[in-house]
Amino acid sequence: MALQDLCHLQEVFPDTDCSPFGTRTGYYDDGFPASSRSPLFNFFIPAAEFLQESPLQFGQVSSAFTSQDHLLSSLSWPPGLPQDSPQPVPLPFPMSHGTTTLAFLFQGGVLAAADTRSSCSGLVACPSSQKVLPIHSHLVGTTSGTSADCALWKRILARELRLYQLRHGRRLSTGGAAKLMSHMLHPFKGSELCVAATLCGWDASGPSLFYVCSDGTRLQGALFSVGSGSPYAYSILDQGVRWDLTLQEATSIAREAVYRATHRDAWSGNCVDVFHVSSAGWRRRGREDLREEYYRERDRQGGEDLREEYYRERDRRGGGGPEGGVLQREGQTRGGGPETE
Amino acid sequence: MLSSQSYQDPGKMKDYHYSGPVEHRFSPYSFNGGTVLAVAGEDFAIVASDTRLSEGYSIHSRDSPKCYKLTDTTVIGCSGFHGDCLTLTKIIDARLKMYKHSNNKTMTSNAIAAMLSTILYGRRFFPYYVYNIIGGLDEHGKGAVYSFDPVGSYQRDTYKAGGSASAMLQPLLDNQIGFKNMEGVQHIPLSQERAVQLVKDVFISAAERDVYTGDALRLCIITKEGINEQTVPLRKD
Repeated sequence: MALQDLCHLQEVFPDTDCSPFGTRTGYYDDGFPASSRSPLFNFFIPAAEFLQESPLQFGQVSSAFTSQDHLLSSLSWPPGLPQDSPQPVPLPFPMSHGTTTLAFLFQGGVLAAADTRSSCSGLVACPSSQKVLPIHSHLVGTTSGTSADCALWKRILARELRLYQLRHGRRLSTGGAAKLMSHMLHPFKGSELCVAATLCGWDASGPSLFYVCSDGTRLQGALFSVGSGSPYAYSILDQGVRWDLTLQEATSIAREAVYRATHRDAWSGNCVDVFHVSSAGWRRRGREDLREEYYRERDRQGGEDLREEYYRERDRRGGGGPEGGVLQREGQTRGGGPETE
Repeated sequence: MLSSQSYQDPGKMKDYHYSGPVEHRFSPYSFNGGTVLAVAGEDFAIVASDTRLSEGYSIHSRDSPKCYKLTDTTVIGCSGFHGDCLTLTKIIDARLKMYKHSNNKTMTSNAIAAMLSTILYGRRFFPYYVYNIIGGLDEHGKGAVYSFDPVGSYQRDTYKAGGSASAMLQPLLDNQIGFKNMEGVQHIPLSQERAVQLVKDVFISAAERDVYTGDALRLCIITKEGINEQTVPLRKD
């Protein structure tokens, strides 16, 4: 399988000396690219093989699995490690998580949008990351989860789709690409790998949208939003998305959904990227900084001014209430939009 | 987020009060401190790091710079766990030589960055605890900075700080080089002299407030003429 070449995950043999820190590093073993030695990628995956082999030498296992010891004893851990409890290596650093991505179908194709903030346990690791990655000319994927995992899996998927196209003379459909990705991620179920992607593409059957997750989910749908900001995005999308939107309207709904999600969700923010996939391929709308939008919104609503106005009127009209004109009100935050993101 | 948050950060100052029985397990990682910074200009790049190597409350060395020269146009800064930094730079050097021998040309900065990403991801389930920043000149002679996370996610930036004082330095760079969230300022492009002065000032500030940063600053200035190294003393306390 693709990543197993990269990670040397199939090099666990019974007679190998498995000292915990004896992993081989480096991609090339003997000067030849690993892919030329491995068998041609095939779609038949014998299930029994998966149940007996774990692709992890002694890596992290999610806490949901460590509690089920009876399940783990059926997996054959690499020899040399105690069978009763797996030895996860605790990571000393956090990974990047947290995002808002969305995608939906409409009459003009598929629209995908995402914010651009990658955060890392409270710190904004990168304010301008790209979460919507083109895979080929008619397929775009939004990424959510750990950024390294998403970036690498998209590259692997692009490579496999290109190989398929060269071998079979036709491009794989979006559903096929989703199934391929789901099968490639399956050996890593239960590990710390975290990829939640939506594949948006235009194939022979028209526009289609699939959601693929590293826990094994693979769903076809007309509207998906993924990430920590997805509840906020869903509320905007559910009220606005219809099949007969124009491109203009669809772009503005997508942008609005990301904007609202970035306002409420701490882990989403900065800019918004919008991609549109049609029969002619994908096109990208320029990246827009949402900070300006906050200021425009605030000016439109005249927020604090209206409130000040109201209290002044009330005071002027006669004090009102037992305080006798002295008004207690909570402090106002000025310019609170972008800084409090 | 990760379930490993229950484990303490190895190497950082531990709380000295009894909080109940704690299971101690050998951790293969340790945190050796250090800060790395890289800035890209129009026709130059600067990679700077402090030279303090620490662990817990001790300082192992005051002269352990974290910039490593890879090619004539590329320097990498690695901070985090020193053991992994050394091994990673050895692996990168070996791969550079292999590339040179099979392709008869030196690797370009963006090729090194892409290669480093796959090297780091190859250890996705037992990562190199290293925060890397590559600084160099791209094929067109413009400055380039590539910043990485420990498992290989990377992108090209104009400036980036990594390591123990990164959370303090990055906002300062955003303000001074990126002119972020400033109104009414003229966006003047960064000159080499101003960049060098800024890097020195920024590290002096970092040494004031971060215990793992100090002793000396090693600057590598990469231009098409070559790599020029400077050492500037910092606070030693």
